Amino acid sequence: MADVAPPLRTTGRRFSVRRVPGFAAIAAVSFALLYAPIVTLVAYSFNAGDSIALWEGFSLRWFAAAWGNEMVQEATVRSLVVAACASALATAVATMAALGTTRTAPFPGALAIYALINQPLMVPEIVTAVALLIVFAMIKIATGYSGLGFLIVAHAGFCVPFAYLPIRARLEGMDLSYEIAAADLYATPWQTFRRITLPLMSPGIVAGSMLAFVISLDDVVITEFVKSAGQDTLPTYMLGQLRRAVTPEVNAISTALLAVTVLLLSAFFVLNRQRR
Amino acid sequence: MAMVPTPARSGEAAARAARVRRNWLLATPALALLLLAASGPLLVVFVYSVLAPAEYSGVVWKLSGEGWFKVVFHRDIFDETIGLADAHLTIFWRSASISLLTTAIALFLGFPTAYFIATRPPRQRTLWLFLVTIPFWTNLLIRTFAIMEVVRNQGILNSWLMAAGLIDEPIQILYTDTAVLIGMVYVYLPLMVLPLYAAMERLDFRLVEAAYDLYASRWRVLTRVIVPLVKPGIVAGSILVFIPSLGAYVTPRVLGGGKNMMISNLIELQFGEGRNWPLGAALSMTLLAFVMLALLFYVRNMSRIERRG
Repeated sequence: MADVAPPLRTTGRRFSVRRVPGFAAIAAVSFALLYAPIVTLVAYSFNAGDSIALWEGFSLRWFAAAWGNEMVQEATVRSLVVAACASALATAVATMAALGTTRTAPFPGALAIYALINQPLMVPEIVTAVALLIVFAMIKIATGYSGLGFLIVAHAGFCVPFAYLPIRARLEGMDLSYEIAAADLYATPWQTFRRITLPLMSPGIVAGSMLAFVISLDDVVITEFVKSAGQDTLPTYMLGQLRRAVTPEVNAISTALLAVTVLLLSAFFVLNRQRR
Repeated sequence: MAMVPTPARSGEAAARAARVRRNWLLATPALALLLLAASGPLLVVFVYSVLAPAEYSGVVWKLSGEGWFKVVFHRDIFDETIGLADAHLTIFWRSASISLLTTAIALFLGFPTAYFIATRPPRQRTLWLFLVTIPFWTNLLIRTFAIMEVVRNQGILNSWLMAAGLIDEPIQILYTDTAVLIGMVYVYLPLMVLPLYAAMERLDFRLVEAAYDLYASRWRVLTRVIVPLVKPGIVAGSILVFIPSLGAYVTPRVLGGGKNMMISNLIELQFGEGRNWPLGAALSMTLLAFVMLALLFYVRNMSRIERRG
C-alpha cells in the first residue's frame, strides 16, 4: 500500500497560525491583575462607611471630605503649580536642545549632550533624590531661601528627557523643504523659525510638555527628599496618610487623580489619531 | 610647508564652527539645568561617599574609606573585629532576588499578553494597548495603594480565598516579601508589555506559517521561531522592568512595612535615622553601578542582535 499523507490538522477549533493555546487565558489574567486593584480602589471611594474593606452603601461623603480638607487643597494647588512651572521650564530648555541636536551633522560633544539629557532616565530616582537632598540643603543654608523653587528645579530636571524625546522625534520626522522654500523666498532665519519651524514642531512640543506635566505630577521619591517642611504635594501627602489609619478619603483623592489621568490620556490619543 | 587655507575652505570651516557654536548654545540652558539638578549633585554624592560622617548628620571634610567599607563589612564596636555586614547583604540579596523574580513573572504574564494584543485585528489593538497604557500612566503611589488594599488581611484576595474555602483565616501577605513582589509585578507589568508588543507587531507571520508547513509543533514554533524573532523586545522589556525594580522605593516602603527593606530604603535610612551620610552615598553609588551594569548588558546584547541582522 502506498504511503498515506498524515491527515490535515483538523482539531475542534479552526487552525490559525496566530493562535497559541493558553496565551489568551494568561492575557486575561494580566488584564484582571491590572484592573482589579484599580476597580476596587475606585469602588471603595464611594463607600458610605469608614472602612476601606467593608462596603456600607453608596455615598459621596469622602469626596466631600477630601474637597473640604485644607491640607488636600493646599497640596493639590502646590502639585499643580510645581507641575506647571517645571513642565514649562523643562519644555523650553528641551525645545532649544532638540533644535541644537537634531538635523545637524555630528559635531564634537553631541554624544555627551545626548547622554547628559537622558541621565535622569538611567539614574535610579532614590540616588537623584539623596543627591538633591545634599546639594539643596547646602544651598538652603547658604542662601536662606527654602521656597518652592527647589521643587520646581528638581522636577524640571527629571522632566527634561520626557519633554526632549517627543520633540526630537517630531523634528527628525519633519520635512525640510518648507524651511528651504522660506529661505529661498528671502525669509530671515528668525522668520523661518517663527512661521515655519515652530508651528510644524508644535505637536511635539505639546506632547512633550504633557508628558513632563504628568511625570511631575506623579513624582513621590524626589519630592519627598527635596521638600521643606510644609511643602507636601498631593503624592507625598498621600504617602504620609498611608502610614496612619487609612480612610476612604485617600481612595477619593486617588479616584479624582485617576479621572484626570484617564481624561488627559484620552485627549492625547484622540489628538494623535486626528493628526494621522 | 604651512597649509594656507583657500578662501573657500576657510569659509566652510568658519561656517562649521558657527554651526557647532549654535548647537552648543541651544543646548546650554538644558545642560545648565541638568548640571544643577542631576549631574552636579551626582558628583557631590560621589565625593560624600569618600568623606567621614559627622556626628549627627552630614559629613566632615576628611578623606575616609569608611563609607565604602561599611557597604559590605561590619566592624564590631567593642573588639574591632571585622565581619561581613549581614544586614546589608540580606538587603542586597532581597533586592536582587525580588527584582529578578519580578522580571521573570512579568515576562511570563507579559509575553502572552503582548502576543494576544498583537494578534488582534488592527482596529482592536489600539483599544487593548490603551488599556495597558492607563495603568502605566496612573500614579505609582495610587497603584501601590490599590494593591495594598487587595492583599491586606480584610482585602479582596483573602476574602476570596476564604469564600472559596481554600483558607480558614486570612493569611498575612501585607508587610511581607510576597506583598512587595506582587506589588512590583503589578506596577511594572506595563513596562514589559509595551516593548514586547512593539516587537511582536512587526512579527512576520508568514515565517510562523512556514514553520507549521514544515510540521513544527506549537511548542517548537514558539521557541524556535517566535521567541528568537521578538528577542529584542524580550531584552528591552526585561531591562525596563529590572532596572526600576532594583531601585524601587515606594513599593517596598508601603507594602514591605518598614522591615522588608530594599536597597533604596536602606539608602534612605542612612540619610535619616542611620545618620551616616557617607555610607548612604556609597550605597547610592553601589546601586548606580548595578544599574549601569544592567544597562551595559542591554547595550551589548542589542548590538549583538543587530549585528546578526
